[in-house]
Amino acid sequence: MTITVQYFARLREDVGRASDEIATPGAVDTAGDLWRHLHGRPPPPRLMVAINQRHARLDSPVADGDEVAFFPPVTGG
Amino acid sequence: MGVRLFSEPFDPWALIRERERELPLEKLGATSVFVGRMRDFNDDRTVQGLFLEHYPGMTERELERIVMEAEARWPVDACEVAHRVGTVNPSETLVLVAVWSAHRVAARDACAEILERLKHEAPFWKRERLEDGGARWVEKNTPGS
Repeated sequence: MTITVQYFARLREDVGRASDEIATPGAVDTAGDLWRHLHGRPPPPRLMVAINQRHARLDSPVADGDEVAFFPPVTGG
Repeated sequence: MGVRLFSEPFDPWALIRERERELPLEKLGATSVFVGRMRDFNDDRTVQGLFLEHYPGMTERELERIVMEAEARWPVDACEVAHRVGTVNPSETLVLVAVWSAHRVAARDACAEILERLKHEAPFWKRERLEDGGARWVEKNTPGS
């Protein structure tokens, strides 16, 4: 099983790609763990996260098959 | 409930007229409307255009959730929300929020709440094209009050 990770807006430019797909790592329990596992550094300030297209938090649990998205503060309207 | 995304310019007043054809207007004493347009200036710079990025799937779902929660909180009879995505030019409509109710307080308060929540929760991101050919991401919305 895998977790799909998507990046949007300025964060996608900073990361240098739109998505990652990784085999579910054993030591990853939360969205914040997933960020640190993929990028080797703490999540940037004001980072927003969604799990399966619903708003979540960095301490929200992630599981096999989840679609996780990281993005900067939203600016619509 | 009507939630729509447009990748081309849309006429907010035409959407309102179209929706009103199916509403019992004799029971709806109040309509509150917000139309947001693209300005040609922001933070002391001239802005030539915008690119509005969104998260296909989640954006629609979030807008629907925001409208449903407003409909649960206020006695409103109909809501129409429309938002542009993609390339937008100054003076074009970015967002429409329209709310119909029997009375003004519910219509006005629900319209304001939907707009504020849209701005803080719906996944859209603005990238501005500047007059010198540069571009910048908008880091945060202007305060609502």
